[in-house]
Amino acid sequence: MSLDFDSARLSNPYLTAEHEEWRSQLRRFIDKEIMPFAEEWDEAGKIPDELWPKAAETGMFGLGYSEELGGLEEGVDIWHHNILNEEMSRIGAGGVSSTLLIHCIGLPPVAKFGSDAIRKEIVPAVLAGEKRISLAITEPGAGSDVAQLSTTAVRDGDHYVVNGSKTYITGGMNANWFTTAVRTGGAGGKGVSCLLIPADLEGVSRTSLDRKQGWWAGDTATIYFDNVRVPVGNLLGEENQGFKVIMNNFNSERMTMSAAMESYSRVCLEEAVEWAQQRKTFGKCLSEHQVIRHKIAEMKQRINATQAYIQACSYQILQGKPNAGDIAMLKVQSSQTMEYCAREAMQIMGGISYMRGSRVERIYREVRVNAIGGGSEEILRDLASRQYGV
Amino acid sequence: MSLDFDSARLPNPYLTAEHEQWRSQLRRFIAQEIEPFAEQWDEAGKIPDDLWPKAGAVGLFAAGYPEAYGGISEGLDIWHGHIVHEELCRVGVGGVTAALTVHGISLPTVLKFASEAICQEVGPAVISGQKRISLGVTEPGAGSDVAQLSTSAVRDGDDYIVNGSKTYITGGQYANWYSTAVRTGGPGAKGVSMLLIPAELKGVSRTPLDRKQGWWASDTATIYFDNVRVPVGNLIGEENQGFKAIMANFNLERLGLVVDMEAYARVCLQEAVEWAQQRKTFGKCLSEHQVIRHKIAEMKQRINATQAYIQSCSAQLESGHANAGDIALLKVQASQTMEYCAREGMQIMGGIGYMRGSKIERLYREVRVNAIGGGSEEIMRDLAARQYQL
Repeated sequence: MSLDFDSARLSNPYLTAEHEEWRSQLRRFIDKEIMPFAEEWDEAGKIPDELWPKAAETGMFGLGYSEELGGLEEGVDIWHHNILNEEMSRIGAGGVSSTLLIHCIGLPPVAKFGSDAIRKEIVPAVLAGEKRISLAITEPGAGSDVAQLSTTAVRDGDHYVVNGSKTYITGGMNANWFTTAVRTGGAGGKGVSCLLIPADLEGVSRTSLDRKQGWWAGDTATIYFDNVRVPVGNLLGEENQGFKVIMNNFNSERMTMSAAMESYSRVCLEEAVEWAQQRKTFGKCLSEHQVIRHKIAEMKQRINATQAYIQACSYQILQGKPNAGDIAMLKVQSSQTMEYCAREAMQIMGGISYMRGSRVERIYREVRVNAIGGGSEEILRDLASRQYGV
Repeated sequence: MSLDFDSARLPNPYLTAEHEQWRSQLRRFIAQEIEPFAEQWDEAGKIPDDLWPKAGAVGLFAAGYPEAYGGISEGLDIWHGHIVHEELCRVGVGGVTAALTVHGISLPTVLKFASEAICQEVGPAVISGQKRISLGVTEPGAGSDVAQLSTSAVRDGDDYIVNGSKTYITGGQYANWYSTAVRTGGPGAKGVSMLLIPAELKGVSRTPLDRKQGWWASDTATIYFDNVRVPVGNLIGEENQGFKAIMANFNLERLGLVVDMEAYARVCLQEAVEWAQQRKTFGKCLSEHQVIRHKIAEMKQRINATQAYIQSCSAQLESGHANAGDIALLKVQASQTMEYCAREGMQIMGGIGYMRGSKIERLYREVRVNAIGGGSEEIMRDLAARQYQL
């Protein structure tokens, strides 16, 4: 054994031959259609539009959605999702995977809480890769503190009139719909609703946030709503019950990000070990210097612990007993592990990893978006201590 | 939910109702016979001798050993052993756990590799708590680098004549036997044998090492062998094959220590949370101050990761696919977690945590014995790097 991406994976008692088949299928597609181009797309700041329908054919978008809506539900469990996130992150270009899979946070509220008509219009189109949907919660003045958001939706006959803006919206420049958190009632969490807003409505405009630290391949945007008239039928869930809809989504978003971050850490490990075994310094391989061997062991230790913790939380979810506190702290565990591994891998690799084109260079620039997005480490510790009844 | 010793345990898919029954049974015994006295024993530096047969009577020493020698192995798995460690550690007095579980690092090797006569003599006596056995590997001049040890055993007719000394031997002052690593052949690992040396033989002497940082309740000793004649039949395994026998035991020894350390970390968490919820500062409970809440969340994060990693390595061992590298790094993960939780637990508790009699005060002093014994963190990283074929 050695430490490449696959051999550095702990044994997982929950994986079956079907799961491994799913992994191989995804890997074949990714190695052919994404891996060779990811860096180029990232530098160009754009992913070709035809990637969406191609990716849809693998079934990766439809995972967990009902067959009737174009998804694949039967026999699918959390491990299929974890494997998808793991394989997509193996590319080592977070802008590609986050953009391609952004519907994973925007679409579930539609599928779960939207009217029949809405679901039938939107879910199959997104799962086929023909259209895109983004989640719009954060505002220039409110992020994780969702209860403070100020984008308003005022009832006027059969419509809401929406005013306000949303920012840091992943996939926002090319989305056809926004799953949007708006204020329909009084102050605080109880006045928030979730509203589906088509991007082509009059009064919707957007500007690109394209000068980011990482995730260059992905489009990020600020969205402006100026007296946008949205049919009341576009409500997702009940009026003023949006807080629940949004919160409902968070456990799975955090599991997704945790699986991705563990996978990025493992990419760093693989790259560092490969380099250390071929690069010679002071008469021997880097990997024969004790300090380098210990760095590698410490990376693996944290990766092992994070993998095992992912298994434990996935098991909780399979049992129908997710613990939001444990999952929140798993996300912190994962971002700390990714940060550590990106740093140490760069120290081991030296100059070559500082050059653009190295997966490690890119992952290093993509640590913070993972450690902040989906709830910062600080927000998650706040949340966990509440959940634990402290 | 809150964060006490039990509620802070992650769900464990491997535990059955029988395991929980085993836990309750042990907890009743420990609550009655150990918990009320442990601190007093620790301060006195001595555990009453009658504790051993009492513990033997409830089966505390029997888990996992063959029925033929007084053990119980049918229907038992690795988790029964873990539960013994966890419940003993819940008392928060490491010297007691160490003294009562030290046979676990030598007896398995004896029962596996020694002659039937020896097994019959030693097994039932130790498992019933009538007699005690310690492991003698470390010397004043050789520790983890077992291949360098210099205690010699020279064949003379039907005996070996043993000369040398062993140190830092847990339980050494009162042991009836030493499972001892000796040099029977040339230099290096290939000249090492394991020999069972009765403490009562002529030429065996011992001096207590009673001025330790922690583990006060347990006896630690230096053992001297001065022309000790040991029958050849006391060999454990083949001559010059002792290195293998020693190594075979390390995975289990480390896992025992790991389970201890995680449990100690959890004791620190419980003590800190209990205190934080009752102590008032600046007009509110300590637990309402954000910085304290975050400390608690970080402790729980590391405990969660360590628990999950224990589950993972235990499953590996049960399925016969132990990975010595993963287990070595788990030991590092666990000692870092214990160190962190003892430190932060004490910061939260302040003065009361610094007073003798507080569990945290004691555990803080017992971090290093766990982080060094059974292979230091540095030795573990060296070993893991080799195992991962770096």
